[in-house]
Amino acid sequence: MIKRSGYYGIPRWIYVIAAVGGLLMVLPLVAMLLRVNWPQFIPLITSDSSIAALGLSLRTSAASTVLCIVLGVPLALVLARGEFPGQRLLRSFVLLPLVLPPVVGGLALLYTFGRQGLLGKSLELAGIQIAFSTAAVVLAQTFVALPFLVVSLEGALRSAGSRYEAVAATLGARPTTVLRRVTLPLVLPGLASGAVLSFARSLGEFGATLTFAGSLEGITRTLPLEIYLQRETDADAAVALSLVLVVVAVAVVGLSYGRRRSSAPAEVQP
Amino acid sequence: MRITRKPFATVLVVGALAVSLGACASGTTRPSTGSASPGSSTSGEITVFAAASLKTTFTQLAKDFEVQHPGTKVTLSFAGSSDLVTQITQGAPADVFASADTKNMSKLADQGLVDGTATNFATNVLEIAVPPANPASISSFADLAKSGVKVVTCASQVPCGAATEAAEKAAGTMLKPVSEESSVTDVLGKVTSGEADAGLVYVTDVKAAGDKVKGIPFPESEKAVNTYPIATVGTSKNKELAAAFIANVTSEAGKKVLRDAGFGTP
Repeated sequence: MIKRSGYYGIPRWIYVIAAVGGLLMVLPLVAMLLRVNWPQFIPLITSDSSIAALGLSLRTSAASTVLCIVLGVPLALVLARGEFPGQRLLRSFVLLPLVLPPVVGGLALLYTFGRQGLLGKSLELAGIQIAFSTAAVVLAQTFVALPFLVVSLEGALRSAGSRYEAVAATLGARPTTVLRRVTLPLVLPGLASGAVLSFARSLGEFGATLTFAGSLEGITRTLPLEIYLQRETDADAAVALSLVLVVVAVAVVGLSYGRRRSSAPAEVQP
Repeated sequence: MRITRKPFATVLVVGALAVSLGACASGTTRPSTGSASPGSSTSGEITVFAAASLKTTFTQLAKDFEVQHPGTKVTLSFAGSSDLVTQITQGAPADVFASADTKNMSKLADQGLVDGTATNFATNVLEIAVPPANPASISSFADLAKSGVKVVTCASQVPCGAATEAAEKAAGTMLKPVSEESSVTDVLGKVTSGEADAGLVYVTDVKAAGDKVKGIPFPESEKAVNTYPIATVGTSKNKELAAAFIANVTSEAGKKVLRDAGFGTP
């Protein structure tokens, strides 16, 4: 990592603005905490529909994280180490879901995998129906979460450099062996934090799921969709479930950040 | 070396930030300069909060109103009725509230935010919406329960879902939807995109969708009529103009606009 040069001269006014920025992030969470109906908290988050939504969210997010790793690792490798025409274009497209409104992603998925979609018709002939199924939820989550894994891993690959791989190759190791024995162990912390971020993004996925997968308890109604629906009639339940999602997200992001910090010194050892 | 002007710059930046934050916070407030000469119902501005299903009709009604009352300005805000109630109770500056069901109007009245009593101005019933080709050959409510038919409905928490439940009871047919959406627009979207074989939406939604869907009326819908009430919001600063707008909605001309869109009269 970057060595501290001993210059700590951050102008004081920067702290003031930073504090405003920090408050903008923290205050809404505090406001939500104040709205939680604590005596009813446990009954609210353990109702049948809440448990079903939480269970579905955890299962689909785990599945989409696995899918992100399977597809994202090769993508990151190709983007970081490969050289081919259209590489920059590919990178832009992989990053697109980061800035795309989720509902747009949902529409795009609909026109790809939906019944009338690009691939949907062939899939239907093959007896595979994705719309209104849990698979649609996983697909939507993977679509929005994949960039997080690719970005983290590509960054890790670039900062790790390829010296060790070059040594291994001169010693006669085949590319697959180099990848398995040298490259992947080297970037494992980056991969782990990327996977954790993908999981967190999947957990929070809402727009694409709503547009593409529908909303049915136990099948497609994940926690964010359940919150959106409960809000119509039972604000207390919506707030309680939101808090659950916040706690899980904080834990997940904290875990990822903690890992990155503790692994940082290892990356710079010569 | 310290530059003495630094603190000033700090104040400037923080001040600018505070101003812009303040502007953000009051983003929903209509410019209160409204020049409303109090007491006169023929000038000033009002903000009308109306259920999403009223978008087309109320846009038309507001335009007519502005033409008939020169010098007035009607700002419209459309969303789900329960969202609007939440916004008004949180202090959003609404003068008129038009709800898609009586339940949400009562919710607002319970908070003491309805001026006088609400007037029922329209009704809406459910209709089956199918893709133009009607791939599942739906012709009655009972057809929706056939196996293999992908039907999408509203969830019971929202008004159209409550109406769906009432229709199910009246027909004695329980549906097994593949998805229970949280808004009627989402149901319609699943039908227009061809994902669903059928959806239960309001007759006005079918009409507004034009030839993108085909509507199939069913007799059981008579047992699940949604009534739309309208009222002046208690915190309105221009109640006279608000009342004039409501009078315009409930007038013969207003009724015609609503009727043309498929609404019924209560």
